[in-house]
Amino acid sequence: MRNKLFDTFDEAVADIPDGASIMFSGFAGPGTPRNLIAALHRQGAKEIHAISNTPGRWGDSSLVDLSLLVQSRRVAKVSAAFTAATHPSAKLPFTELYEAGEIDAELMPQGTLAERIRAAGAGIAGFYTAAGVGTEIADGKEVRNFDGRDYLLELPLPADYAFIHAHTADDLGNLQYRLTQRNFGPIMARAAKVTIVELDEPIVLSGDIDPDAVHTPGIFVDRMIVIPADATKEVKNQR
Amino acid sequence: MTNKKPIDRQAMANRIAMEFQDGWVVNLGIGIPTLCSNFVHPDKEIVYQAENGVVNYGPMAVDGEEDLWLVNAGGQYVLPQPGMATMDHSDSFALIRAGYVDVTVLGAYEVAANGDFANWRVTGRKGGGIGGAMDLAVSAKNVYVIMDHTTRDGQARLVERCALPLTAVGVVKLIATNLGLIEVTLSGFVLKEIAPDYSPEEVQALTGAPLAIAPGLREFQVAS
Repeated sequence: MRNKLFDTFDEAVADIPDGASIMFSGFAGPGTPRNLIAALHRQGAKEIHAISNTPGRWGDSSLVDLSLLVQSRRVAKVSAAFTAATHPSAKLPFTELYEAGEIDAELMPQGTLAERIRAAGAGIAGFYTAAGVGTEIADGKEVRNFDGRDYLLELPLPADYAFIHAHTADDLGNLQYRLTQRNFGPIMARAAKVTIVELDEPIVLSGDIDPDAVHTPGIFVDRMIVIPADATKEVKNQR
Repeated sequence: MTNKKPIDRQAMANRIAMEFQDGWVVNLGIGIPTLCSNFVHPDKEIVYQAENGVVNYGPMAVDGEEDLWLVNAGGQYVLPQPGMATMDHSDSFALIRAGYVDVTVLGAYEVAANGDFANWRVTGRKGGGIGGAMDLAVSAKNVYVIMDHTTRDGQARLVERCALPLTAVGVVKLIATNLGLIEVTLSGFVLKEIAPDYSPEEVQALTGAPLAIAPGLREFQVAS
């Protein structure tokens, strides 16, 4: 049996090449893989295609998130449900680079983002959704009418890697998340070729997690690292 | 300067919350809509749902009692309560698209007389923040909007047709603004309730489309 447990975050991201597509879990804090992002920043991979709910820096947080890679020009493209802050007066670090044309973006409804990721990890070639009908999001997309209602064809969104933050795991990689930490974790774990997980709690032995209580089966998990107790505040689960 | 008092944010949110029916599943957008959860329903059970994968969450957490793993769609810490359930993002949006949400309350930049609305990109900006608004707007049984009646420089936000890029087509049913409560009907905007210091003519003058006056026009209702 392959050992999925890595000692350091640096080893876990060492092989990621320039140009890789990477999914980042997380929604407004919970689930954000801060330690993996910090490690990839140290590693130096460039031209990343980042797939994430936002391009990072939600609010005034000083915590590590995707904006670290964006600001250091490691990201070529972002696929997300936000390319601007929700309040027009607030600016994300991403915004300046995007408006200057130095970074590309694909903006989509959040449910469409989630379902495209789900489809990629579920062997589904495409799906129809009503989200975005009659808006700019529909531009260039097939519109099909089912039972009198229009829907847009949306295609799967796979990735080379997924960075996920979960709460507990056993040695086979069976994962549990805590509360709203779960968000994109389970669907990204299935949609990526290589799934790398940072964990709040030490690994338990297989058998210690009730099979009925597994959120992400270990078959979808390739690498795991436990967040060390002495992790700095920039990479801890806090805001 | 006028000494007229427009309706404040919490009162706008309370007025919309007064429309929630017993047992409704309610999704609140970022900003003023999150204030709806401060309204206490003495004899109704409201099920709050947030698109980041939680149903039946409790009130906002105060300092010191936050659970770092539990936030609402605005990223604010909320409290767990008995009966709460969490799920992943695809299950959360499955629930939304399949129509389990009775009402979504959203902020907006513009609402048109035909029920179109725009809330994700402002003029002159390249990016936008769609979030879950497009999925919610086409799926929830009711779409209510809370917003100021005009922009800061006095431009109407209730308009004949939206100039900004649309979030969804023909879905908004009810709008609470700082000047009143407006229903969106097949024949356009209808003023149902009005801020205490304002006349219908004054509200019409600040509205970018015809505003019919409801036969039973009354003062803006505040929670008792």
